[in-house]
Amino acid sequence: MREGAGLALHDVTVRHHGPFGPVTAVDGVSLEVPGGRTVGLVGESGSGKSTLARAVVGLDSPSAGRITVGGREYRRRRAADRRRLGQQVQLVFQDPDTALDPRMTVRQSLAESAGAFVRLDRRSREQRIGGLLELVGLDAGCADRVPGRLSGGQRQRVAVARALAVDPAVLIADEVTSALDVSVRAALLTMLRDLQRRMGFAMLFISHDLAAVRHVSDVVAVMYLGRVVETASTENLLRSPRHPYTRTLLSAVPSLHAGRRPAGEPLLPAEVPDPASPPAGCRFHPRCPVGPNRRPGREVCAVRDPQQEAAGQPHRAACHFPYRADDGSPHAGGVHRGANGDRAPRTPGSLPS
Amino acid sequence: MVPSSLRPAAPRAAGRSGASRSGWASPLGATTLVMLGTLAVPAVAGAVLWRTAADRPDPSAVLRGPTAEHLLGTDRLGRDLLARLLAATWPSLLPAVAATLLGAAAGITLGALTAVVGGRARRLLGALINLLLAFPALLVAMFFAALFGAGADGAVCALAVACAPGFARITQTLAATVAGTDFMAAARVLGLRRHRLLLRHVLPHIAEPLVLNTTVAAGSALVALSGLSFLGLGAQPPSYDWGLLLSQGLDRIYTEPLPAVAPGIAIAFAAVAFQLLGEVLAGAAARRARPRQPEEPTAHPARAGRPAAADHVLEVEDLRVVLPATDRVVRPVRGVTLALRRGEMVGLVGESGSGKSLTALAIADLLPDGARATWGTHRFLGADAGSSSRGERRRRLATGMAMIFQNPASAFNPSLRIGTQMTEAVRAHHGTPRAQAVEQALAALQRVALPGGRRLLRSRPFQLSGGQRQRVAIAAASMMRPALIVADEPTTALDVTVQRQIMDLLRRIRRDDATAILFISHDIALVADACDRVLVMYGGTIVENLPARELAAGARHPYTRMLVASVPDLAADRDRPLRTIEGGPPDPCATAPGCPFHDRCPHRLDRCAVESPVLSPLGPEHEVACWGPLPPAPFRGQRVTEAAATEAAETGMTETDVTETDVVEKEEAEK
Amino acid sequence: MTTVSARLGALARRHPWAVFCGRRAVRLTVSLFVVVTASFAMIRLVPGDPVRAALGVDAPPDLVAAKRHELGLDRGLPDQYRQYLRHLTHGDLGVSLVTGEPVADLIRARLPATLLLAVLAFVCVLAVALPGGLLAAVWTRGGRRPRVELAFTATTSVMAGVPDFVLAAGLTAQLAVALRLFPVAGDLGPRSYVLPVLALAFAPTAVLLRIVRVETLKVLASDHVRAARAKRLPAVPLHLRHVVPNTLTASLTLAGNLLPALIAGTVLVEKVFAWPGIGSAMAQSVAAQDHAVVEASVLVLGSAVLVVNFLVDLALALLDPRSVIRKA
Repeated sequence: MREGAGLALHDVTVRHHGPFGPVTAVDGVSLEVPGGRTVGLVGESGSGKSTLARAVVGLDSPSAGRITVGGREYRRRRAADRRRLGQQVQLVFQDPDTALDPRMTVRQSLAESAGAFVRLDRRSREQRIGGLLELVGLDAGCADRVPGRLSGGQRQRVAVARALAVDPAVLIADEVTSALDVSVRAALLTMLRDLQRRMGFAMLFISHDLAAVRHVSDVVAVMYLGRVVETASTENLLRSPRHPYTRTLLSAVPSLHAGRRPAGEPLLPAEVPDPASPPAGCRFHPRCPVGPNRRPGREVCAVRDPQQEAAGQPHRAACHFPYRADDGSPHAGGVHRGANGDRAPRTPGSLPS
Repeated sequence: MVPSSLRPAAPRAAGRSGASRSGWASPLGATTLVMLGTLAVPAVAGAVLWRTAADRPDPSAVLRGPTAEHLLGTDRLGRDLLARLLAATWPSLLPAVAATLLGAAAGITLGALTAVVGGRARRLLGALINLLLAFPALLVAMFFAALFGAGADGAVCALAVACAPGFARITQTLAATVAGTDFMAAARVLGLRRHRLLLRHVLPHIAEPLVLNTTVAAGSALVALSGLSFLGLGAQPPSYDWGLLLSQGLDRIYTEPLPAVAPGIAIAFAAVAFQLLGEVLAGAAARRARPRQPEEPTAHPARAGRPAAADHVLEVEDLRVVLPATDRVVRPVRGVTLALRRGEMVGLVGESGSGKSLTALAIADLLPDGARATWGTHRFLGADAGSSSRGERRRRLATGMAMIFQNPASAFNPSLRIGTQMTEAVRAHHGTPRAQAVEQALAALQRVALPGGRRLLRSRPFQLSGGQRQRVAIAAASMMRPALIVADEPTTALDVTVQRQIMDLLRRIRRDDATAILFISHDIALVADACDRVLVMYGGTIVENLPARELAAGARHPYTRMLVASVPDLAADRDRPLRTIEGGPPDPCATAPGCPFHDRCPHRLDRCAVESPVLSPLGPEHEVACWGPLPPAPFRGQRVTEAAATEAAETGMTETDVTETDVVEKEEAEK
Repeated sequence: MTTVSARLGALARRHPWAVFCGRRAVRLTVSLFVVVTASFAMIRLVPGDPVRAALGVDAPPDLVAAKRHELGLDRGLPDQYRQYLRHLTHGDLGVSLVTGEPVADLIRARLPATLLLAVLAFVCVLAVALPGGLLAAVWTRGGRRPRVELAFTATTSVMAGVPDFVLAAGLTAQLAVALRLFPVAGDLGPRSYVLPVLALAFAPTAVLLRIVRVETLKVLASDHVRAARAKRLPAVPLHLRHVVPNTLTASLTLAGNLLPALIAGTVLVEKVFAWPGIGSAMAQSVAAQDHAVVEASVLVLGSAVLVVNFLVDLALALLDPRSVIRKA
């Protein structure tokens, strides 16, 4: 497998031109996706996760920070570097309906991608296309169809095949399952997980769906308003989330097994802040259920930005008052504990791994 | 999940019209062909046939009116005007086409560049196009025609300059839609070079509308060139075109109208021909054949036998919906039977194309144009839909039923204030005076925990976030104190934390007002979490009706089982492989009998392919439409302890949740 | 760069109206500058010698030289430009090459007639097309009444194809010369407005009818109209309150683009009716090669178009406050 051929982001900041001037969509994010591993990136709309993906593949330019792929930094201003980056990193988009050129057959799309960086003669190209289709579990008959004659799940498989056609070291999957139906979603998730294990590329799996992220990822990072607020191995993050936002997020995910929903306080009713003018201090503090609006004496949250602990720590949470890692209960007595004693045994601590 | 299956027929009508029967065969197309043919003959043959007659002066017949010899009369030098008119066809059409092509080439290049160059260059180009477009093309053409010097060549160049910005703008707009697509982004990620992007991905997509636009522009160019000649800026004597002939004819219009009218008709004729050509091409491009009228669905004998159950808010039996599509009839809903008790929250869950949204719209009598619904029984608040008049039914639906739609961004009228939209229903149906309606609206907003009061009522929808809008929608729905709220995917467009707040609100309204809620969703986990009872839809029918707490472990229909097993769940074992369902959803047009799921079902029997199963009771509160329901022994792919699940079911998790939220909200209110 | 745009962004959030008006004003200024420069450049770029062309081929060289000097054409270009701007600020547009009269007087006398014509035609377009397009959409929505739809499409395409000056000639021949219902030419009281306004408004009406219909169909198919239907409002309030306002903003935006074209269209129509406006003056000057008048007419018509554009933008912003925030 390709050791060390992963993706690393160091303090990456990306700004957009918003209607009211620049919007910092991604603000100082550091993240590492080692080769052969899958990192899940979770966040709600506006958290900047898709912008991050676009920045990694060079569709957006970061205004600060470094992005390295396989230890090498690529400058987006240089065409040659952009091309080399495309050979290393590929992106699969959310909406399979628009991700494929509706006028090109599957064969043409795959051929364009397979021939983008290496010259292939006719026979080896056909072989490659056949191999790719087989890889994503489509039969060869699909090759001459246009996307309009494929189902949503098949289209998304073609999109995956197109991304893998250049044999990238890093694959970014940006909400690849959210436009699909439940029954199709499972198949795609399983396929991605298997492909990743078989081919050994590094994968950044972006989704708002925690359950899907949990299913494929080794490590999970949680984003809120342009920042990564918590990073941990999947099991640790789900079993004992330390950041109050992660907790709330987890508790909001509906579960088929009604009694097994992890505990967490609902958010304060404050609205999601405008990303163009994020709150000072901790960005989560206006909505934080254990922040200064609820707990007197925690004014520091509104003033000082909680920096993440030093890199290398397995479980990082950007919070002044994080929940303890070993215990599911909050740091200083939770509302829900007092109110609902009966929920204590069902805190995430008791989740099966 | 997004009900794209909805209204495949109706809204397309918003696009281009005309040329309904494909292209040339339509009356419009035939007319256009005839007109173009009429133009083509003198254009090609004019110079040969009438040139000499047109240029031969006849000093004996100067400024004559129409005679048998000179049908349109003669001009100052005694030349035959009809011959001149016909000979002028080519010199009138050719420069127009040339100017259009020149302008199109320049404009399209400029506009297409905007799609592939970087940010700053794109903004500069955009500003330039904007600036040029601020001036009417005719004025620009006059300016440049004067600048280039009067004459046919100068006029062509001037016109090309004048129409280029228009082409640039259209190309820019079209290219921007292509540039924003994911497939363009994918091509960029592949490192394709600019010219490849332009030639391979951008231009093919915008070629069709551009060709169309060029056709229409050629008509305008003809008119503009004639106008320039008419002003004396175009063709100069001794050469001539229609515009010049018109100008010369106009000088004697007091005595002799025909010499002015005839070239006028020629110009108008050609202009209309081009206009119609564009119209027909557009119609062909839209390739929109008119939907066939749906064949009358077979009438279903009303099974009036079943008496109205006292506590049932809504009873529907054998509801069917047909939608006319291009060349077939789609049957998205095929016999749905359901009933809701007062204060009951029922989830209607299914994948896209299962017919769940159309079921809801049919129940609410809001089907899109063209769709038709039939039913065995449709009883709302005890009154049968068939036996009451339309007005009565409308009134009952107006006061008894409210709807919450999927997309809070588009469900509000963008140009009306929130207050107006919240109060209009009570004012229209309860006759509540304005001030009182506003008070009610304020109270309703309080109930959904929206601060802001009157200020919020004065704001417009775009000033609110998605979550706020959906809360306003719930507040508005609850103001009528309806007996039933139909919520069509109300949280699909929202984030999961906001979804939780919305679900809490719905549960609270249900509890406080004893409102029944039909909750439509594709998210089986959400439905299991929030509802009392779940109806699982597949292929337009309800395949299982069971209590929500049994969904995780007690489902009996193979489809429900597989659906449950295919959902990644936070509480499930991570290494358990997700169940995948092979095959695709059934064809909504198919008319074959049998269970809609039989070709994907691993437990199918011979009977399944030929006979449709009906929803029949399996136990109390549990119905299933299957010939071989799976045994109740739980099929469990996970190591969840049985005890935990039962315990949760018994303690009634949803109840606990509500109380907890209430506690928090009360605390909040006290502050 | 970033700090400037950041500050602008903050300003836009606090005072979207100020920023919106500011941007529009900047755009207007730049465009006016372009018009002024273009009109300055015109007489100097015309092939050949405009003075000789205006005075006639056989004019004595002394006279031509004197005229050139009088117009300042024998000086350096930057110098000329400065002088041109200086004169412009005093409302001095130079003198006619042919008659020697001040051009400004001519323009002052003729501009109101042109604007009146254009505005009247615009009002007619709106009065017919807004309700007409709305009704057509309501009648034909969802593929209902296919025959009406076909008739509408055919009629409006033919109408849109008829050039205004051709229609003007036809109307003159039929209604003025043959039937003597209206005056043939000139401004002789209200009745003489009928034909020019009709000729000007005819094609734009057809264009706007189609636009309004398409816009209305879009609104009728929108989610919020379905939501309003769910409230079971009676048909009239439903359409007036939920359909019309949303149709209007989009339709008026497009109608606003028609007004400049109408102003430009007056040039040709005025020539047909010998209307005492700028257009006919321009047409005459083109024939007489009086470039000073042509130059001034282009300047005035161009500026009028820009000012009208600006006002239409402001009016639309008042109607639809969202656009202010979007565009600010």
